[in-house]
Amino acid sequence: MATTMTPILPPMVVAEENNTLPQPAVTPEKETRKIAFICSKGTLDMAYPALVMGWAALGNGIDVTIFFTFWGLDLINKTRVDHLEIALVGNTSMKMTMMGVDTGNLGIPQLAGILPGMTAVATKLMKDKMAKLEVPTVREYLQMLVDAGAKLYACKMSVDMMGLGKEDFVNGVEDIVTAGDFMDMTEGAQIVFI
Amino acid sequence: MSTREIAGKTVRVNEEGFMTDPNEWSQDIAKIIAREEGIAELSLAHWRVIDFCRKDGISAGKAPTLRRITTHTGISTKEMFSLFPKGPAKKVAKISGLGKPEGCV
Repeated sequence: MATTMTPILPPMVVAEENNTLPQPAVTPEKETRKIAFICSKGTLDMAYPALVMGWAALGNGIDVTIFFTFWGLDLINKTRVDHLEIALVGNTSMKMTMMGVDTGNLGIPQLAGILPGMTAVATKLMKDKMAKLEVPTVREYLQMLVDAGAKLYACKMSVDMMGLGKEDFVNGVEDIVTAGDFMDMTEGAQIVFI
Repeated sequence: MSTREIAGKTVRVNEEGFMTDPNEWSQDIAKIIAREEGIAELSLAHWRVIDFCRKDGISAGKAPTLRRITTHTGISTKEMFSLFPKGPAKKVAKISGLGKPEGCV
């Protein structure tokens, strides 16, 4: 084909012909997949999904954006991030077996959950279990994500509502943006709401 | 499981292109896989990571995760992503003739 090519061929065809030339030895870049997480919860258990999946995404060469809104701002609030908690009250997945009592599916009584200190107990239980598995803390995880190239943003409306400013956030939070900005910057991304 | 020829040697690879026997690996193989992964030339810093992964991977029987690499070599996450862009642990495992790293962290 190439040998019969004449100048009258339109540029498009010439370009296509060029595509059949030998490819360089270094593999050309494919279009990068993008994923965005919306973190709306501030409890310890709900902090981790975006961190774990975001880290996995970065490890697979996927672009990651995380938008923190409402209670999710606690994850990037530097005075809160080390004090995220999990409560027994209203949590039907907390079973006696988690406290080391072999009682099958018996839940921890909700009444116990309202006693002072029980939230701290449940939180310690979960933190200990994660430390045993060498799971990084939320603060450390955020830093890992930022170092790996994830983009973190805080929701403007929530920031205004809670009277916060950029100085209240951990290092690595790029900016405070509106929901509309978030939509612009996540064009073509898969979005996960947590 | 299939085989492929890299640097004049026939090696066994899985369906994702990871070598299944780290003993079949050589430095020449590493250079060629690196090029296929978009790394034109392996620097001393790359080799430092590869050396750690080879040693750790062979003794543990599995490729190290990124966090394991950073905590044991002192090389930062940032540096790992600049040395092996877009999925450093996976890339370095492939280049080092190890399987795909498992684990969530």
